[in-house]
Amino acid sequence: MTTHDEMARLPAMGRIGRRDLIKGAAVLGAVGAAERMLGRPAQAAAPKKGGALKIAIGAGSTSDTFDPATFTDSYMQFVGFGCMRNCLTEIDNAGKLIGELAESWTASPDAKVWSFKIRKGVTFHDGKALTTEDVIDSINHHRGDDSKSPAKPLLAPITSLKSDGDAVVITLEAGNADLPYLLSDYHIAIMPSTGDGKVDWQSGNGTGGYAVKKFEPGVRAYLERNPNYWKTGRAHFDSIEVLSIIDVAARTNALTTGEIHLMDRCDLKTVHLLKRTKKVNIYEVTGSQHYTFPMITTQAPFDNNDVRLALKFAVNREEMVQKILRGYGKVGNDTPIAPSTSFYAELEQRTYDPDKAKFHLKKAGAEGLTLDLSAADAAFAGAVDAAVLYKEHAAKAGITINVIREPNDGYWSNVWMKKPWGACYWGGRPTADWMFSTAYEAGAAWNDTFWDNAKFNQLLTAARVELDEAKRAEMYKEMQTLVRDDGGVVVPMFANYVGAASDELAHDKMAGNWDLDGMKASERWWFA
Amino acid sequence: MGPILKMVAQRLALGLLTLFVVSLIIFLSVEMLPGDITEAILGQGATPETVAAFRRELGLDVPAHLRYLAWLGDIAQGDLGRSLASKRDIAELIGVRLNNTLFLAGLAAAIAVPLAVTLGLLAALYRNSWFDRGINLVTLSSISFPEFFIAYALIFLFAVTWDWFPSIVNVTPDTPFWERVYRCILPAVTLTLVTTAHMMRMTRAAIINLMASPYIEMARLKGLSSSRIIVRHALPNALSPIINVIAINLAYLVVGVVLVEVVFVYPGLGQLMIDSVSKRDIPVVQAACLIFAVTYILLNLLADILSILSNPRLLHPR
Repeated sequence: MTTHDEMARLPAMGRIGRRDLIKGAAVLGAVGAAERMLGRPAQAAAPKKGGALKIAIGAGSTSDTFDPATFTDSYMQFVGFGCMRNCLTEIDNAGKLIGELAESWTASPDAKVWSFKIRKGVTFHDGKALTTEDVIDSINHHRGDDSKSPAKPLLAPITSLKSDGDAVVITLEAGNADLPYLLSDYHIAIMPSTGDGKVDWQSGNGTGGYAVKKFEPGVRAYLERNPNYWKTGRAHFDSIEVLSIIDVAARTNALTTGEIHLMDRCDLKTVHLLKRTKKVNIYEVTGSQHYTFPMITTQAPFDNNDVRLALKFAVNREEMVQKILRGYGKVGNDTPIAPSTSFYAELEQRTYDPDKAKFHLKKAGAEGLTLDLSAADAAFAGAVDAAVLYKEHAAKAGITINVIREPNDGYWSNVWMKKPWGACYWGGRPTADWMFSTAYEAGAAWNDTFWDNAKFNQLLTAARVELDEAKRAEMYKEMQTLVRDDGGVVVPMFANYVGAASDELAHDKMAGNWDLDGMKASERWWFA
Repeated sequence: MGPILKMVAQRLALGLLTLFVVSLIIFLSVEMLPGDITEAILGQGATPETVAAFRRELGLDVPAHLRYLAWLGDIAQGDLGRSLASKRDIAELIGVRLNNTLFLAGLAAAIAVPLAVTLGLLAALYRNSWFDRGINLVTLSSISFPEFFIAYALIFLFAVTWDWFPSIVNVTPDTPFWERVYRCILPAVTLTLVTTAHMMRMTRAAIINLMASPYIEMARLKGLSSSRIIVRHALPNALSPIINVIAINLAYLVVGVVLVEVVFVYPGLGQLMIDSVSKRDIPVVQAACLIFAVTYILLNLLADILSILSNPRLLHPR
């Protein structure tokens, strides 16, 4: 037992890669000698330089550009954020916030005025030195009336951006203790300024570990290692070729035939077969990605909290995880905050209880309720199946659900936030405040439940400037309870990131903030 | 040659009219799809504010008919315009993809056309024999399966099990010719399997049809061998329908292979067009459609000219 526990703990300590763990487990099973594996991780964990990595990502489109304000899927996230550029801050593989292009930062006591000290000696791929002007223009790229950036709402509270020696001073209209976290967002990449308040995003010039040499949107990107990369012990590959392979069967074939070394998003229906393939390791990371069924709480019958509670009790979350995610996930508790997120509070798990659902339905005077549930696989893989499963669960509680299959095409513009009840997914955010202010605060652009809870909104603003960690944790706990018991969202499950890699690749513990080791497999992984 | 030139001129003029109608239909149907490029690109990130800013930037706040006329004016001067989504020059964007598509179509045709015509001739020569039935059975079975099924079957055998050919076609404009041929073999064979039956059957039918003619009877009475009768006497007169079927199949190889492109991750025009439709990138969709329409028009024209050359009677319809 102890050896098993030790093996589980070692990756967490960063002493040993998951690959070694899997190998070690095989040795352990065959020989039963734990010492053999415990004796050797030191040299296995030392990254080696070199090699040409080929990776296939199940996203990407001909319409992709280098403009981070247009990044929407994991393809450009990996190329832009993972390879080409850096942000001011970074979330490391343990989920901790560390400085990236910002060496350090300080805040005023009310968390309104922030000063980020910019790292010295950093150069762009073309040799230009990083300046505060680059940082300011890169942030301004997402602000202003003409911005179409998804990061616009994140940066809206900024009232002024100034350069102060080697620091950038950011002033907010209201305090926000999480600002450094926000600046790790993949949109807010630092690009070279053109000198007239704009940035040069067109060339792809950045400070990242790899410089882009060739780019065919929707097909491939070819990048070579930046010889002057400022980070030590990162970016080990000589070159990286990033292919866009949307078809999951083609992606899997490419991996099993050795055309690529790494792929994201395995087909969960066949991953058990892929596991049997030699030289392929499956990785699985629990992150903050979650699947939801948001109800528009301003419309009947969802304006009645008893109806919302009835629906929350009328879903069997365990079965969803088993059937839809094939076990590659974790049950949700009707809040969007994942265990890996800051200020996650362990609340009592809500379970499937048709009787309680009936009770709330009766209280709402809505017995024999019939509802439409809109779903399409654009919302998340398996959304239509999940909706059908929900229908079966709810039938036992006396609720009739008509599953409406919507077209994938145009789902986000025509169904999401338009139809009263539908399916949706969220990549999750690294902090509770970020997640809440993105999709739960009254008036937020993506508040897909149109939920407006005065107590919640007031707590959210107060918690942002509360610097006492214990008090802050208490406030976030209360907010999570409010979302769970009053909010308009059913969160049946958190989905793991499941991908596959050739056994030639090695890495440390993987980050959970995004897929592919926080999208930084490019600079955190190496060829063993 | 006079009448032929006249016909070519007429057909080209009609072709231009067809192109105009095609472009109008495409423009209207993409306009009618729900959502526009701004919502498609911003996806979940679309807020009324960002959508409005994006539309202003792309000039989508201009009414549709004005946008169409502006596009038509540019195209008349040979300017395909720029992609709305990536701002890249469409001619450049499409150039690489079109090359890839033509290469694959050319490779598949180079295998399929001689194969189909030869098999068709042999089938006619040995008609109703076991050979004829066998060829029919094989080619008809392969055309009956969806092409992605054939593609996956080939991948399973030749890429996964035996590891002879790559499972995905990873080619760049700098890939050397023979390397490119090697990498494209599996998709080319897939396309060969799905097109051969059609051309083979037409060759066989056209020739058998002629075998009852008096002049064939005459040739037989002269004591010619059946292979000589078929190749020298029947085939030249059967060319016209065969050429037409080949033209249709060539056009299919250019415009209809998107499933094969997806399975083999082949960066062709079909994939570009799907991407552009789902992103509502109208100028790119228009340009790709025009290329497809031009392919059909030109191949049909070519087939007609060749038919006439092979059978001058067609110039003087009774």
